[in-house]
Amino acid sequence: MTSTSVMGGIVRRKEDPSLIQGKGAYVDDVKRTGELAAVFVRSPFAAATITSIDIEAAKAAPGVHAVYTADDVRHLGPNPAQVAVGTLRPLLADGAVKHVGEAVAMVVAENRYLAQDAADLVFVDYEPGEVVVDLKDAFADKVKVHGDASNILLTWHGHGWWEGVIDLPDPSPGIQEAKERDDTVTVSLEMVNQRLLPTAIEPRAVLADWNSGYGSVELWSSSQIPHAVAGAVGVTFGIPSNKVRVVAPEVGGGFGVKLNVYPDEILVCFASKELGRPVRWTETRREAGFASTQGRGWVGTATITGTADGKILGYELEAICDMGAYSHNFTVAVPLLGLFIAGGQYNFPTSYALHCVVTNTQTTDAYRGAGRPEAAYYLERIVDHFAREIGMDPADVRKANYWKPEDFPVQTAIGLTMDSGDYEKNLDALLDRVGYEDLKAKRDAARAEGRLLGLGLSTYVEVCGFGPSALAGLGFSWGAYGLPTAFNGSGVVRVQPDGTCTVTIGTGPSGQGHETTWAQIVSDGLGIAMDNIEVHHGDSVDLPMGIGTFGSRSIAVDGTATFEATARVRKKAAIIAGHLLEAAPEDIQFADGRAHVAGSPDRAVEWGQIAESAYQPHTLPEGVEGGLESSVVFSPPNATWPFGSHMALVEVDPETGDVDLLEYWATDDCGNVINPMIVDGQLHGGIAQGIAQALYEEAIYDDMGNLLTSSMANYTLPVSTSLPLFSLDRTVTPTDVNPLGVKGVGEAGTIGSAQTIVNAVVDAVAHLGVRHIDMPLRPKRVWQAIQDAKE
Amino acid sequence: MYPPNFDYVAPTSLDEALAALAGAENTKVLSGGMSLIPLMKMRFVRPTTVVDISRIPGLDDVTDDGDHITIGAMVRHATTASHPLVQEHASALAEAANGTADLLVRNRGTTCGSLALNAVAADQPGAALALNATMHAASVRGTREIAAADFFLDAMTSALAPDEILTKITIPKGGVSTYRKLGRRGGSSDYPIAAAAVWVDVSDGSVSDARIALNGVSSTPYLAVGSAEALVGSDGSADAIASAASHATDGVNVLEDLYATVAFRTHLAGVYVRRALEDVLA
Ligand SMILES: Cc1cc2nc3c(=O)[nH]c(=O)nc-3n(C[C@H](O)[C@H](O)[C@H](O)COP(=O)(O)OP(=O)(O)OC[C@H]3O[C@@H](n4cnc5c(N)ncnc54)[C@H](O)[C@@H]3O)c2cc1C
Repeated sequence: MTSTSVMGGIVRRKEDPSLIQGKGAYVDDVKRTGELAAVFVRSPFAAATITSIDIEAAKAAPGVHAVYTADDVRHLGPNPAQVAVGTLRPLLADGAVKHVGEAVAMVVAENRYLAQDAADLVFVDYEPGEVVVDLKDAFADKVKVHGDASNILLTWHGHGWWEGVIDLPDPSPGIQEAKERDDTVTVSLEMVNQRLLPTAIEPRAVLADWNSGYGSVELWSSSQIPHAVAGAVGVTFGIPSNKVRVVAPEVGGGFGVKLNVYPDEILVCFASKELGRPVRWTETRREAGFASTQGRGWVGTATITGTADGKILGYELEAICDMGAYSHNFTVAVPLLGLFIAGGQYNFPTSYALHCVVTNTQTTDAYRGAGRPEAAYYLERIVDHFAREIGMDPADVRKANYWKPEDFPVQTAIGLTMDSGDYEKNLDALLDRVGYEDLKAKRDAARAEGRLLGLGLSTYVEVCGFGPSALAGLGFSWGAYGLPTAFNGSGVVRVQPDGTCTVTIGTGPSGQGHETTWAQIVSDGLGIAMDNIEVHHGDSVDLPMGIGTFGSRSIAVDGTATFEATARVRKKAAIIAGHLLEAAPEDIQFADGRAHVAGSPDRAVEWGQIAESAYQPHTLPEGVEGGLESSVVFSPPNATWPFGSHMALVEVDPETGDVDLLEYWATDDCGNVINPMIVDGQLHGGIAQGIAQALYEEAIYDDMGNLLTSSMANYTLPVSTSLPLFSLDRTVTPTDVNPLGVKGVGEAGTIGSAQTIVNAVVDAVAHLGVRHIDMPLRPKRVWQAIQDAKE
Repeated sequence: MYPPNFDYVAPTSLDEALAALAGAENTKVLSGGMSLIPLMKMRFVRPTTVVDISRIPGLDDVTDDGDHITIGAMVRHATTASHPLVQEHASALAEAANGTADLLVRNRGTTCGSLALNAVAADQPGAALALNATMHAASVRGTREIAAADFFLDAMTSALAPDEILTKITIPKGGVSTYRKLGRRGGSSDYPIAAAAVWVDVSDGSVSDARIALNGVSSTPYLAVGSAEALVGSDGSADAIASAASHATDGVNVLEDLYATVAFRTHLAGVYVRRALEDVLA
C-alpha cells in the first residue's frame, strides 16, 4: 500500500470502473415513483407577437395532466438567474417570442410520447415581426429586438471596465500617436469568431419532486452549479435554502452550457408542486440548439501598430459580441472575461471596445473558455499577421513583446494582476521540441514542389480560478439567488470512525476526474490510501455553499480549500496519535495508512485507531473535542494565469481546399500538476474543441433566425478520426496565489488552439496571396479564398 | 425525438412481410433503421405500421452467381465494405460502404436500405449507378427488376412502390471501379459534398466502356453521360480524363448548401471524376 506521494503521479481514475461499467447515475438514471414527463412547445418564429394560445385540444389528449402557459407562471417572475441587463427572459414566453425555439407552453403527461402528442395539439397564433440576426445590423439598431430599447446592452472598455474601481487613462491617444509615426506599420483584420453549439454528450435533464408534507423540493439536474440552482429555486418559490435540495449526479459534459439556471429547472418544480407528482424533462439532442445556451459569436477588427523590428506599440480590438435574445447567468460577462486577457502575454498598450448586442437568436453564455478563446483568437491572429507583413518570424515577434519573468507580478493593461509567467521559456521549450527550424525547412521544401504545407503558432495566457471575490460583485447577479456573492471554494474532509475518509467539495465533475484528483490531495496529506477516500460532490445539502465547476476554477479554489481542510485534520490527528503513542504531536508523521513517531516507524497507530479514539471523546486528551473533520471555505486572493504555446502543421489540398491536420504540439504551463494524465486529458479535449471551431463547427442561422445546424448531421462535430495524436509537454511555473501552486487547465487547450490552426492554414496559402479566412475553415472557404487571391 | 404511436410487425418470411405491406396506406419497411428511426423520432415520417424485415432468413447473404454477384436486403454496410466478392467485383460499392458514417452505423445500416431511401448525397446510389446494378423488388403483386439508371427518381424518392420490398440487388461482374469523395468533415468522412463513382472496361489499351456517376452534386445521383462518352474509345490518357471530367455536371442542376456554392461543387465534381478515373486507369 503506497499511498504517499501520489501528488504529481499518474493515478488511474477512481471513477472510471463505475463509469465504464455503466454504473454512473445520470439524471435519467434517477427514478422516482409516479413520474410524469414534460415536453415544451417551442416557437417557430424568431420574432413574433403571440395573439392566442389554444390549449384545449392538448389538455383533452390522452394521458395529459396539465398544459401551462405564461398565464400560469407569470406570478413566479422571470427566470431569476440572469444578469440583470436588458430584457429578462420570462419562464414561458409572455405575449411575444424573441428567438426560434423559445418555450411557449409546457405539456405534462404520463410519458414523453403522450406529452409530445399533446404538444403537437397546442395551437399558437403568432404575428411575425421583423427579425435581426446579422451582428452589424443589430449593432446599428436596424431592427430592435426588445421594443424601443437599443440592441446594444453595454460596451466594455478596457481602461474603464470597472466603474469606480478601475479607472485607467484611455490608451487610444498614445496608440494614435504611434500610428502617425513614420517608422511604424499598422495592420488590421476583420475576423469572425463564429457561434458554436456547446454539445455536451449528455443533453440537459431535470427531475423535480415536490414534497407537500415538508414544503420542500428535491431537484436532480445535469448542472455544473447545483447550489446556484438551489438558490434560484428557493428565491422563486419563496422557500428557505434548507428546504431545497438540488443534486447534480454524474454530469455528461458541461462546457458552460450547464452553468446556467434555466426556466425549465424552475418549471418542473412548479409542475411537481401543482400536480403532486415528480416531473421530468429531458432535452433532446436537437432541442439543445434551442433550449440551451450557445457560445462565441463575435465579429471584430483587430489592429496592431508596430515597428519593422517587431516591437508592437499598440493593439486595438473592437468587436460586436452576440448575446442572443436574453441574458442568462453570465452572457454580458463573457466578453468581459475576454477583455481580462485581451492583451495576452504581451507588454504593449492596448485599447478595447467590446459591444454586447442582442439579436433574435438563442442566448449565448459561457462556452469552454468563455470570451478568452475569442480574445486569444483576435490577438494571436493579428500578431501573426503583423509578423508576416513585416517579414519577421512569428516566434521572434512574440518574444520581442513578452512580459519578462522579472516583471511579475504584472499589472495588466486593464488593471488586473498576473501572478506568474515565463513565456519565453515556454515558447522555447516548444520550438526546441518540435525542431522549429527543420519544420520550416520541411514546409518550404514541400512548397517548392507545389504542396501547400503550413505551420501555425499561437501562444496564449488565460485567466482562471477567479478571485478576488470582490470581482464577483461585478457582472454577475448571483446575489439575486440569495447566495453570497463570492468566488469561494469549499472543502470538507472527514475521517470516518473506521479510518476511511470522506471528502465533500463545492465543485463537481462533468468528466474532469475530480474524484481522483481530490483523493490524491487528501491521500498525500493524510497518508490514507486512495481506495479509502470517497469524494462527494454535486449535492446542495452536503455543503452550505458550492460555487460549482466553471472557469477552470475547481482545483485552484476548491482544491485549495480541501488542501487546507486536510492540513487541519492532520493536525488534530497528530494530537490524538501523539496521545495514543505517548509522543509529541510535532513528532507524528503520516504514511501508509498510519501515524508513526518520526524516526521509529514501528511506534505506530492505524488511522482506524486514531478515528476510533476521535469518536470516543472520553479517550481523547484534555481539551480535545470529539470528531475528526474540518470544513474550509477558501477565498482566492487572485485568479491564476496559466499560459502555453501551441503549434500545428497542416497540408491544404490546393484543388479542394481540404485541410489535413498532420501534427499538433502543445507546451502548456498550468503550474504544479497533481495528476499529469488528467491534466493531459483536459488539454486533449480542449484542443479538440478549439480545432473543432477552426475546422468544423458553426451554428448557422438564416436571416429569419432559423438555426440551420440543429442536427448533428449538419453541425459536423469532429470525430476521433478527424484528429491527429496530440503531442503534449509542459513547463511548470507555480503560482503563489494558492498553496498548491496550481492553476486551472480545463479551458487552456481551447484558448490556445483555434488560432493555431488558422495561422497554419493561412501560412500554407499566404504565398498565394491569402491573408485571412474565417472559421470554420471548411473546404469551401479555403478554396474560395484561394480563388479570390488569384483574381 | 419521441415518435407518435405505431404498430410494429416482425415477420419471419418474405411472404408475410409482403402481405403486411399489401394495400397498406402508410406502412414502412424497416431494415437497419439508421434513417427511418431518426426520421420517425423527429416526426418527419409518421408510419402507422412498421414492417421489420431483419428476421426474415436468407436476406443477409452476398453470393457469387456466375456473371454477377448478389447483395441481399439485410446485408449491412460493414459487410458490403469488407466482403471479398464485393471488393473484387464491385469495389466502388465496397469503398462507398467503407466511407459511410461510422462503424456503429455501418454495423446496422444496410446497402439496400440506403438505396431504397435515396437520401440526398447518400454514398451508395452513385456506386450502384456506375456498377449498373439491378434492383429486385417484390410485392404481393409479383416481382420486378429495375435498372439502377431508372431507380433514383429524386431526393428521397426511388422507383419502389410503397408495398414493395427491395429484396436484393445484383451487380454484373467485369471492369474496374472506384469511388472517391470529399466528405462534409473533409477527407472521406461523412456524407459527401461531392463524390464520383466510376466504372471502366479497358481492352487493348483503350476504354471500351465506362459509366461515371455523381452523388452529392445534385438532388439525386446521376450518370454523367457526357463524361462517359468523352472517355469511351479513348486511350485513357490524362487528356481524355480531363475531357471526361469537364463534362461532369453537363445539364445538371448543381446543389448549393452549407458546404458548397454551385461554383465550388461544380469544380469538385470535375476534380473527383478526374481523381477516380486516374485511379482506375493508372
Ligand atoms: C450517424 C449517421 C451517419 C450517417 N452517415 C452516412 C454517410 O456518411 N453516408 C451515407 O450514405 N449514409 C449515412 N448515413 C445513413 C445510413 O447509411 C442510412 O441510414 C442507411 O444506410 C439506411 O439503411 P437502413 O438499413 O438503416 O434503412 P432504414 O433506416 O431501415 O430505412 C430507410 C428507408 O428505406 C426504406 N427501406 C429500407 N430497407 C428497405 C428495403 N429493403 N426495401 C424497401 N424499402 C426499404 C425504409 O422504409 C425507409 O424509408 C448515416 C446515418 C447515421 C445515423
